[in-house]
Amino acid sequence: MLNIKNLEATIDNKHILKGLNLDIKPGEVHAIMGPNGSGKSTLANVLSGKNGYEIKGDIKYNGESLSELSTEERAQKGIFLAFQYPLEIPGVNTNTFLRTSLNSIKKARGQKELDTLTFLKLVKEKASELGINEKFLSRQLNVGFSGGEKKKNEILQMKILQPKLSILDETDSGLDIDALRIVADGVNSYKNKENAFLIITHYQRLLDYIKPDFVHVLSNGKIMKTGDAELGIQLEKTGYSNIV
Amino acid sequence: MKTENLNKNNKDYKYGFTTDVENIRSPKGLSEETIRFISNIKKEPKWMLEWRLKAFKRLKVLKEPDWQKPKYPKINYQNLYYYSAPKSASEKPKSLDEIDPKILETYKKLGIPLVEQKRLNGIAVDAVFDSVSVATTFKDELTKKGIIFCSISEAIQNHPELVKKYLGSVIPLSDHYFATLNSAVFTDGSFVYIPPNTKCPMELSTYFRINASETGQFERTLIIADKGSYVSYLEGCTAPMRDENQLHAANVELIALDDAEIKYSTVQNWYPGDEKGIGGIYNFVTKRGACKGKNSKISWTQVETGSAITWKYPSCILQGDNSVGEFYSIAITNNFQKADTGTKMIHLGKNTKSKIISKGISAGNADNMYRGLVEIKNKAINSRNYTQCDSLLMGNKCGAHTIPYIKNNNASSTIEHEATTTKINEEQLYYCNQRGLDQEEAVSLIVNGFCKEVLQQLPMEFAVEAQKLVAISLEGSVG
Repeated sequence: MLNIKNLEATIDNKHILKGLNLDIKPGEVHAIMGPNGSGKSTLANVLSGKNGYEIKGDIKYNGESLSELSTEERAQKGIFLAFQYPLEIPGVNTNTFLRTSLNSIKKARGQKELDTLTFLKLVKEKASELGINEKFLSRQLNVGFSGGEKKKNEILQMKILQPKLSILDETDSGLDIDALRIVADGVNSYKNKENAFLIITHYQRLLDYIKPDFVHVLSNGKIMKTGDAELGIQLEKTGYSNIV
Repeated sequence: MKTENLNKNNKDYKYGFTTDVENIRSPKGLSEETIRFISNIKKEPKWMLEWRLKAFKRLKVLKEPDWQKPKYPKINYQNLYYYSAPKSASEKPKSLDEIDPKILETYKKLGIPLVEQKRLNGIAVDAVFDSVSVATTFKDELTKKGIIFCSISEAIQNHPELVKKYLGSVIPLSDHYFATLNSAVFTDGSFVYIPPNTKCPMELSTYFRINASETGQFERTLIIADKGSYVSYLEGCTAPMRDENQLHAANVELIALDDAEIKYSTVQNWYPGDEKGIGGIYNFVTKRGACKGKNSKISWTQVETGSAITWKYPSCILQGDNSVGEFYSIAITNNFQKADTGTKMIHLGKNTKSKIISKGISAGNADNMYRGLVEIKNKAINSRNYTQCDSLLMGNKCGAHTIPYIKNNNASSTIEHEATTTKINEEQLYYCNQRGLDQEEAVSLIVNGFCKEVLQQLPMEFAVEAQKLVAISLEGSVG
């Protein structure tokens, strides 16, 4: 699904990714761990097509080169990024945002857009799975939301947009243990053979709930080590210093 | 029907066509002769002609104001036509069947069908084409309730007692240059009277269209809500695309008596000029409402997206005790458009309240100014004002300015003013893009969110249109 070869990324003359290689197949869960400043969020931004990066190397998504595609085209093709810091959009309620988003994606794929009633039914169903109160949906997008609410909202969006590749950028940071479990349950319930996850995290604790197939250690812009779920547990005990 | 786009550069302005109809025009230029011509062709009574001439005399000693921020080349008032009417409408049609089909077609193209199918929407329409009103729909249904909704020309003929009593009662004859010019040469506009204790059963709407070239449009609207009545009124405006700047100087007067309420909404989409700033309407308008009675309320809502220059301050004079004035505004300027707009809230009565919500959006090389006066006079005890002015900037070449004038002569009264200026946030756009929205959808979503408090004030039927208009006005403004 995703094949990254020798990826380099530079922003504001800072060389951040320095030859990163990564392959993700459908149905797999990959975790990326690593010290601060190692380039984890840069990887998420580059994959989603954020402006401002100078890119070298090659990223193929389902055989297609990503470099020519805009952010929205990537999203329309099924790449989803759960933001580390979800943005507030005053005056736009969560429902409206979600529906506009879903219908933009459907339109781009030549699918039928959802009418209001069908959409509301869908969003209520998905919200209740995540224990999200209906009232929350009519609030302005992320405005005045707690950290936990913002992250749950990202997972709700993921479940509604049904992406093929979901990138979670430190979705676990700032969550209490209950919220963490809800987020993890959200991911686990969406996981299937067709879609894949790239989970960026600092902590093993999220991986206690979402079992990764691969754990990669990212340091100084490269993947230094790859292992299975055991690697995460080991890192939690020994830190990164033995590896990087 | 022959239509043409006079300016091919601007693809976004879909109302830029002209209609090829035969016109009757007044002599060119501003003179007593022109005024007599207008009064004569409208078969006006003598008192009306005298009123106009008095205004004209006054105009000669007034100077065009020049304190506004947007500057414009000197207008040659002798080079304008003050009256232009489609030939077929100069003998006022008795029914919709008698209207020139070309004009009906024009309104259809604008999305304003004048035939009674509008019934479904429950909106009565008065359509003003250049200098004359061509049709008023639903007259019979309104008449049953005693509501008068007609062109101001008809009102002068048929309801002179009301016109004499109220015309110029809110905007005096000698108010300022453009208002006085309007008083001298106004050609048509709408008239509304709502009898006591009557709730007008439908939205009343006037649609203004400038068609002829070298023509100024000087319309005059007068709305009177008698005791305990309610009316919601909406005006819309468009014009063909031309390289010349055309002047639109309207006067709108509202009068609310005891316990009456007037809601006045404007969706102004005059031709804004092309992306280089050539052409476009000068929209220099005087709008003022008097809350004459106790517990009366006047609420202005405006969505200003068109015009090369918008220069207007819909105002409320809060004369009656406990009266309420509101002003909700969205002003969008793109390319080389300029807006200097806001309101005046004059508190005279006790316990009067006013609220101002202004949203200014500036893109391209445009300049957007909120200018507003809140004045609480010494007898207006326990009065309150709340003002919120938000500006949104798109790009690095546009400007936003806020100039509040605040005068409080009363220790028991309070005035609050909040202002913010923000730039459209790249991160917000990225977030929307990541959710599959393209740049224009993202801008439209964010801007409509920014304007929400004002859009909510519009009658339902127009809110959706206004949202689209907001999006269209900003197309191509984020690269």
